[in-house]
Amino acid sequence: MELIKIVILALIVNNVVLAQFLGICPFLGVSNKVGTSVGMGAAVIFVMTLANLVTYLIQNFILVPLHIEFMQTITFIFIIAFLVQVVEIILKKSAPSLYQALGIYLPLITTNCAVLGIAILAVQKNYNLISSVVYAASIAAGFTLALILMAGIREQLELNGYPKGMKGFPLSLITAGLLSLAFMGFAGLVK
Amino acid sequence: MSVFKNFTNGLLKENPTFVLVLGTCPTLAVTTAAINGIGMGAATTFVLVCSNVIIAALKNLIPDKVRIAAFIVVIATFVTIVDLVMKAFTPDLYKTLGIFIPLIVVNCIILGRAEAFAQKNNVFPALLDGLGMGIGFTLAITLMGSIREILGNGSVFDIRLVSQEARTILIFILPPGAFITYGYLIAIMNSIKRKYSI
Repeated sequence: MELIKIVILALIVNNVVLAQFLGICPFLGVSNKVGTSVGMGAAVIFVMTLANLVTYLIQNFILVPLHIEFMQTITFIFIIAFLVQVVEIILKKSAPSLYQALGIYLPLITTNCAVLGIAILAVQKNYNLISSVVYAASIAAGFTLALILMAGIREQLELNGYPKGMKGFPLSLITAGLLSLAFMGFAGLVK
Repeated sequence: MSVFKNFTNGLLKENPTFVLVLGTCPTLAVTTAAINGIGMGAATTFVLVCSNVIIAALKNLIPDKVRIAAFIVVIATFVTIVDLVMKAFTPDLYKTLGIFIPLIVVNCIILGRAEAFAQKNNVFPALLDGLGMGIGFTLAITLMGSIREILGNGSVFDIRLVSQEARTILIFILPPGAFITYGYLIAIMNSIKRKYSI
């Protein structure tokens, strides 16, 4: 029951992009086409889940016993950068077709602040191992959902006219604002 | 003269928030009140200036292949310092900014300036560049914080502008307001730039 609550909260009520403002850069950057946003979403789900698993273990078996919690930021960002690199190498060798599909999105994830942010948030919320991993997976799924919705809207918008000054970022931001407004309707879904 | 340009560059012409559109996450997240903009801006400026100076000073010692990792260590060190200092001296602000203090590490403005400017220049220009970019960022998010606070809460820097009972446009201090305000501000900046061809 507790886990279902975490999933619903993370997936739609507190959507990572539209309510918590994490991972805005890739959200605005790669939401041009539905196809690419699916690829990016898949890469984020993969890395974020793995990152939370590893950072949970590091936090509870290294940082806390040694009383060096202040090293959290440095350690976590290194683990994420390292993980992305490892995942890239393994995928290249063992699943070249998946590696081809994810393409340049994999290295870009290091700079996705949602990955570091969610790892730190999971620690602050005192989740246990299973909750932490489930939380990360549903947050990443929420990211993918927002990305695909946004890409769909932007593909349609390209076909319509809009004021010149609105071209590019302003149009995307205002679209995101309206999307965020729609997601606010889910508030109160879970008590 | 050209040294002075390093400083003014970040204020308007290459403003990190409105022109380069970097560091969007804190821009959207913490601007519910003007004071948060100042706090976040000061923290980011400190990290930006210090990391720019250190990276410019060490540019000949850092091997090219591992430079990104080296930059991240430098940045993360200063972020940890800011994090601990703010926790100790401004606990209220620390609570409001929350997760976005450690996330200064992945703020693209800082890594971007290290990569694009600090590693190619000397210490003094790098210092000015960091200061200019930092102040440009601070001004931009304080402006955005003020607009959202006035419209959404009827106050600015906690000074009430309308009576307590007056209705305000609450949506502006909620998440959708952040996106919409930011969108319109960039659109206005674009129009001004086109008109006066800055």
